[in-house]
Amino acid sequence: MKFGILQFPGSCDERDALSAARRVGDAVLLWHGECDLRGADAIIVPGGFSYGDYLRAGAIARFSPVMDSVIAFASGGGIVLGICNGFQVLCEARLLPGALLGNLNRRFTFRQVQLQVENADTPFTLTCAAGERLSIPAKHAWGRYYAADETLREIEQGGRVLLRYAPGHNFNGSARDIAGVMNEAGNVFGLMPHPEHAVDPLTGSSDGLKLFESIRLSAEGVRA
Amino acid sequence: MRARVLIRPKAGILDPQGVAVERALPALGFAGVANVRVGRLVELEVDDASQLQAMCERLLANPLVEDYEVQLLNGSG
Repeated sequence: MKFGILQFPGSCDERDALSAARRVGDAVLLWHGECDLRGADAIIVPGGFSYGDYLRAGAIARFSPVMDSVIAFASGGGIVLGICNGFQVLCEARLLPGALLGNLNRRFTFRQVQLQVENADTPFTLTCAAGERLSIPAKHAWGRYYAADETLREIEQGGRVLLRYAPGHNFNGSARDIAGVMNEAGNVFGLMPHPEHAVDPLTGSSDGLKLFESIRLSAEGVRA
Repeated sequence: MRARVLIRPKAGILDPQGVAVERALPALGFAGVANVRVGRLVELEVDDASQLQAMCERLLANPLVEDYEVQLLNGSG
């Protein structure tokens, strides 16, 4: 099973995502200017500041050549995970609903957050239990999830809010404490916290590995 | 043709930058300030002004969370 990890100018977490993915499978970096996904079974759009976050976070990366391939891959049911800036890119590309606005505290904030698993019956969370808490770091200035009320109703009723900030951990002011949201088809997921930074007890938590392991199992299940 | 695009947070969306400015002004002695909204200004020269709206929809603004307003300026500007 092979992960393909995108790399934009200004990405900064693609190496950690690569290392995390390699703990559960094979993984390659995919340069933003290329359209070939090199046989990847799942795509990760990593964190960072693609294209300097000019204009809006993710707004320019969304039009990278590689994103055409990712959009086609997602349309065909391929598994796509967006982390932090990757989540912003996927929202800008309209692969995910809503948008990420500036944190309510107006600051770039870095802290370990507790996330509650809301739906464990998805390709991204199947090694988790519903209601389980994950300890994962978050670090961003533009992480306040926003969607229109009607959209919020839709995604909540559809079980598409996979992760919520636990009480007291929603530092950015996200609507309904939403930390991560999935598309309607159930194959594209984005979250602001960084599971790739939580893969080894040495650095405080290995809870993030569960998402990578879930994706591996799902991708292999699809192929089997 | 020169054009100016004004982009601002949609009504109803909390604008933390606006709130910060609104709180800072009275501290400087400016009283009676309310409803401050901080947006973005894009100035550009275009051959075909009819494309401006599409530019806004696709790239310059995010219509989910921002309103935009296009102003055409004189060539001499």
